[in-house]
Amino acid sequence: MSLDTPNPPATGCRDTPVLKQRGQHEVFCGLTGIIWLHRKMQDAFFLVVGSRTCAHLLQSAAGVMIFAEPRFGTAILEETDLAGLADAQDELEREVARLLARRKDIRQLFLVGSCPSEVIKLDLARAAERLSVQYAPHVRVLNYSGSGIETTFTEGEDACLASMIPVLPETDERQLLLVGALPDVVEDQALDLLAKMGIENVKVLPARRADDDLAIGPNTVFALTQPFLGGSLAALGKRGARHIPAPFPFGEEGTTAWLLAVAQEFGIDRTLFDTVTHAPRARAKKAVAQAAEHLRGKSVFFFPDSQLEIPLARFLTRECGMTAIEVSAPYIHKGIVGPDLDLLAEGPTLAEGQDVDLQLDRCRAARPDLSVCGLGLANPLESEGLATKWAIELVFTPVHFYEQAGDLAGLFSRPIKRREALRLEAAE
Amino acid sequence: MKLSVWTYEGPPHVGAMRVATAMKGLHYVLHAPQGDTYADLLFTMIERRNHRPPVTYTTFQARDLGSDTANLFKTACQKAYDRFQPQAMIVGASCTAELIQDDPGGMAELMGLPCPVIALELPSYQRKENFGADETFFRICRALARPIEKTKHVTANLIGPTALGFRHRDDITEVTALLEEMGISVNVCAPYGATPDDITRLGAAHVNVLMYPETGEAACRWMERDLDLPFTKTVPIGVGATRDFVAEVAKLTGVAPKLEESRLRLPWYSSSVDSTYLTGKRVFLFGDGTHVATAARIARDEMGFEVVGMGCYNREMARPIRALAKEYGVEALISDDYLDVEAKIEELAPEMILGTQMERHIGKRLGIPCAVISAPVHVQDFPARYSPQMGIEGANVIFDTWVHPLVMGLEEHLLHMFRDDFEFHDDAGASHHGHQAKARQPEKAEEPVAANDGAMPSETAEIIWLAEAERELKKIPFFVRGKAKRNTEAFAAERGVSQIGVDTLYEAKAHYAR
Repeated sequence: MSLDTPNPPATGCRDTPVLKQRGQHEVFCGLTGIIWLHRKMQDAFFLVVGSRTCAHLLQSAAGVMIFAEPRFGTAILEETDLAGLADAQDELEREVARLLARRKDIRQLFLVGSCPSEVIKLDLARAAERLSVQYAPHVRVLNYSGSGIETTFTEGEDACLASMIPVLPETDERQLLLVGALPDVVEDQALDLLAKMGIENVKVLPARRADDDLAIGPNTVFALTQPFLGGSLAALGKRGARHIPAPFPFGEEGTTAWLLAVAQEFGIDRTLFDTVTHAPRARAKKAVAQAAEHLRGKSVFFFPDSQLEIPLARFLTRECGMTAIEVSAPYIHKGIVGPDLDLLAEGPTLAEGQDVDLQLDRCRAARPDLSVCGLGLANPLESEGLATKWAIELVFTPVHFYEQAGDLAGLFSRPIKRREALRLEAAE
Repeated sequence: MKLSVWTYEGPPHVGAMRVATAMKGLHYVLHAPQGDTYADLLFTMIERRNHRPPVTYTTFQARDLGSDTANLFKTACQKAYDRFQPQAMIVGASCTAELIQDDPGGMAELMGLPCPVIALELPSYQRKENFGADETFFRICRALARPIEKTKHVTANLIGPTALGFRHRDDITEVTALLEEMGISVNVCAPYGATPDDITRLGAAHVNVLMYPETGEAACRWMERDLDLPFTKTVPIGVGATRDFVAEVAKLTGVAPKLEESRLRLPWYSSSVDSTYLTGKRVFLFGDGTHVATAARIARDEMGFEVVGMGCYNREMARPIRALAKEYGVEALISDDYLDVEAKIEELAPEMILGTQMERHIGKRLGIPCAVISAPVHVQDFPARYSPQMGIEGANVIFDTWVHPLVMGLEEHLLHMFRDDFEFHDDAGASHHGHQAKARQPEKAEEPVAANDGAMPSETAEIIWLAEAERELKKIPFFVRGKAKRNTEAFAAERGVSQIGVDTLYEAKAHYAR
């Protein structure tokens, strides 16, 4: 099998004008990220300071209830907190004390701001500072906002990671930092490939446990594994670390390009690079090709959701033979997704933000073979005869790097295969 | 501030959404930040609705707070009217919008929209989902319903069923059939399936059937006062309650009572000899007040269980549930903290839980079988098959549902007789459940133990299980072992015995024999 990389398109989408719309945004808020972050960081607890709505969102967004006592909870603001009858800071301290007494295993506590806590201007930074002093050195207390007025869905993870960066210790060591919460199995695959190329000093943010010796400084270079980490990118820049721009590691092509950018930064010999990547590249190509059989020649329409839309459109159009009709994202950060935009051939409408009713009109008019959308829209679109892929599965499922490339393509081919498989009409 | 991990009820605006989504031709404009749209998935995913809830959210962001969220609301309101052309609109604020005090109701009124606009005031920081649904439906009725001429023949309204309700879809069918047998037709069923125009016709009925007090009582009370419509107080879940319901409807309407019981199987199934094993099973009940109250009667009077505890999560029902608990000789637990419920269940060690999806998980953790009797709902609570809780078929469904999690009749005896069999053991579970059987672990050689070594931790710290008694306890089948342990300890504590031996175990068994 040939492992040649197809040429980039003559004209990519980097300079395509972006359709910007402002209307109803059918998206999750940043609190949703807690669902995967709390599993990734095994000694962290996420305490949302918010309303009953926040608590309800967290238990609904996961689709199922994770009933092992979860490492997240909501301190629900009550009438007395709002009327100023109770000092919210004291109340918060009391709830934190109770929580930490019960959960001795907690080493990092995130106070997570919500819409109501932002609107009443509850100072969680001050609370985190005070609590940090009180519980040092056993527990580190940080804060970030996952509110819907500040963050859209995956931006919650960005805000969380960005809150950890300023307090990391300083180092002058030359090192590579991978930024983004990935499932452990995927992270291990990436680390293994890098190690085989001879890149040894590799750290990951977020670390699985608080006591990992993660430090940062001017000799740190970093690669993002998720495209929604704009805030973290800025925070790392402030610490003197340097970004390695690259397409995101989705599919065979994306993974190879991402690894190559890192390899070039570390002066890795091309022959060694090819030796290390040859077998997994071939496996990825083969696996993608199998799923792509059902995708080739089909059209796809992306509703804005996770900010993964642009890299995924690149994957689906270049590796799976699909045509993109509309690719929309909550935000388009060209400093991050620029390399993916370069590879995405011109043609699709690029959209930022959302007016959901107008976008549904466009989707219905285009009648794509596959619509990638949130859970609120999926069944309504299916009932109109449009196949859908729930966008949230893309952040809950291991989809990065070579060994998951086939699974990633499979996520998109499954709804199409299912439609082809069902025979519900009468025989005659 | 109160720490919450899992909640039984959502915020009140979700209750308003349950009303709006159940209705047709009504649109809800909700002043809410980006992110609150998550609530759509409750309806499209859990209930598998094939349409979006009729809700427009303003989805304001931080940058709008500084400028003009009020204008954003007005624009959203106008656009929603233009696009959906509803017969009526409800407008309100979610928790965050409540704080910025834009007054959606006042603004919408001034816009002069060509349809009735009903303002909702739902205090997000005090009340919850059921209140939100109840209050919303009451406001809609008060705004739209007027006294009108009664229908010539006797008709009834069905009041209370909403979207995302526990078996509401099928209960409507069942209750409609119950009434039809008596020659009473349904005038309007609301909110489920009703349009705002239908709401204006509510007053034509002769009686209101209040199916779910949680979501329909405020409206029924108002209609009783202002539309001269009496309402039923009996919720027809269970055999006795269904019979009482028929009698109550007959009394309120002057129609002769009639109940077709040829399809009713619960009473005979419960009398059938294979059901003897249900006798005195200790059950704990938890859910919304209405479902717990009806389940208590079924559990005691129709299944022959022993109710060892009950409670509800909706504070609005605290009083009736406390009164009912007293009647059953137990203490009511009124709490929306699932950790309290878990602690109570652990303490009572019932043989079965009749609860919500939360208790199902608690039961899983504690190894206690559980049947679900109440919201909050899960995708499993919307079965494809007809599966009501109310009326004749509801009683049949309940019998099956409650018996299913248990180890049945003769199987219980076989487990006792052949407890050393490699397949019949604690972890094997009931044979009609599809999990993979786990093989028995070979027991470790029993070492002679001194009195305190290997002593079993007991609930009362002073009492110690001697090794021999502990081994004997392990021979008792797992589904009664918890009870045996508790009873023996209580027996020992009463008599000031600090060490439990085999004799204590059997003395206690004789003492508690029934």
